[in-house]
Amino acid sequence: MAGATTMHLGGNHAARFENKAATSETPLVKWTILAIALTFFTVFLLMPLIAVFVEAFRKGWETYVTALVDPDALSAIKLTLLAAAVSVPLNLVFGVAAAWAIAKFEFRGKQFLITLIDLPFSVSPVIAGLVFVLIFGAQGWFGSWLIDNDIKIIFAVPGIVLATVFVTFPFIARELIPLMQAQGKEEEEAAVVLGAKGWQVFWYVTLPNIKWGLMYGVILTNARAMGEFGAVSVVSGHIRGQTNTLPLHVEILYNEYMFSAAFAVASLLALLALVTLVIKNWVEHQAARSYRDTQESAS
Amino acid sequence: MAATRTFRVLPGFNLTLGYTLGYLSLLILIPLSAVFLKTFEMDWARFVEVVTAPQVVATYKLSFGASLLAAAINAVFGLMLAWALVRYSFPGKKIVDALVDLPFALPTAVAGIALTALYAKNGWLGQYLEEIGIKVAFTPLGVLVALVFIGLPFVVRTVQPILEDLDTELEEAAASLGAQRWQTFRHVIFPILLPALLTGFALAFARAVGEYGSVIFIAGNLPFVSEITPLMIITKLEQYDYQGATAIASVMLIFSFILLLIINGLQAWTAKRTGRDR
Repeated sequence: MAGATTMHLGGNHAARFENKAATSETPLVKWTILAIALTFFTVFLLMPLIAVFVEAFRKGWETYVTALVDPDALSAIKLTLLAAAVSVPLNLVFGVAAAWAIAKFEFRGKQFLITLIDLPFSVSPVIAGLVFVLIFGAQGWFGSWLIDNDIKIIFAVPGIVLATVFVTFPFIARELIPLMQAQGKEEEEAAVVLGAKGWQVFWYVTLPNIKWGLMYGVILTNARAMGEFGAVSVVSGHIRGQTNTLPLHVEILYNEYMFSAAFAVASLLALLALVTLVIKNWVEHQAARSYRDTQESAS
Repeated sequence: MAATRTFRVLPGFNLTLGYTLGYLSLLILIPLSAVFLKTFEMDWARFVEVVTAPQVVATYKLSFGASLLAAAINAVFGLMLAWALVRYSFPGKKIVDALVDLPFALPTAVAGIALTALYAKNGWLGQYLEEIGIKVAFTPLGVLVALVFIGLPFVVRTVQPILEDLDTELEEAAASLGAQRWQTFRHVIFPILLPALLTGFALAFARAVGEYGSVIFIAGNLPFVSEITPLMIITKLEQYDYQGATAIASVMLIFSFILLLIINGLQAWTAKRTGRDR
């Protein structure tokens, strides 16, 4: 299911098609397609993005800054960073382990395992939150035990972290599996034959080969972790200053008709999205370059 | 495959597979099974009553209908956008290409309030649409707009790599045999793109059905009119009706599983048709 989120090593192809009559359209058709495509892009992608920043600054810099240094906003920033700081490393270790097992070995049910790893992509975020309420909530499996021992998971920070880990679960694994499958295992086997230990093989042979894919997965995981709304909303309880992440803080401000403040906080998240896209593009660029280098040195 | 029992040179199979299965079970499989176990606590009559209540059925119609329509819109316009990005040169192309992924990176709540601001009565787009009598914000049309936004990258990003891999020879052969440009597209290019296009469509559809954050701000959430199924789950939870919420969730989950299998099949078809492994 992750096909659309995996790394894409583009490059410029237009020249190949545009110079030949057989592979290009008449100018009228070309400009019509281009105009429709770009209008669609502008209306559905560009305008919402611009709207965030325009609305954020509608009442001036002062309101903007006030909204961001508000104690509730600051605590939401902290919680958002915490959720990402836990879920990224957890899913990173899992992603590497899963990709190693799946790409380097043959075993029965492999395809089924890949499908299971994809599951969180196709589950509604609301359900991702709900499952943890069913397990850890007051009426849940461990509900009374948790109350007796005075441990709070739902409507508290652990629940938010759990829900975030759930929704960001497949990103890194799904990035690494096809990458490591394509690379095969000859290099690692050569290293073992030459006497390398397991960790040395991973560290000196595998890791340099997968570093760009790994970084790509980390960026996507981080973006989703910081921006998750539905799943976190179910388990958070919306306690200001305690269980509010940035996206939830946006919702609260918005529902209280504090539109400028809501968009100010939202602009912070939009900025994060833009930074994510810039890094993502840079990683794709690097990966394409190192791919070309290996192709050249091989030929 | 079973015949080739070879000695494993590489270490770590048991460790990594064990860890993978353990982590997967603990975080995903056991929690998801909670939905079904909770649903089994209900008797069948009550389950049917909950999941076929008129208000709930209205949400299925909206969620599935709007998601299908949004995925179809994305299939048409996403294909055009992918085509323009691969085949044409135009200023700002790199920026357009990078921004296609915006819906993956932009938190859904931010997308939701931004779209609402655009399409509200006094918004940049809403004010003109209002004049010609089209209301978008706080109507089912608003739900559609949000779902088009979040599904857009799926189609573009599944079709784009296939378009990039196309050999010019195929089209040149078609042209030299006397095919019109449209015939070449219809009979040569489109059949190659079709599996990827369907995959993108299915991915956008699957994402749209479960979407919550970007929709609830623009939908207005009127019962029987603009309420989506995920919101129904939240509403039940807020009323402490855990069984009701879980019953609806299990209906959605089963649907997602079926869709996931279809998508896997489509991706296998894409791989077979084009020789790509993803």
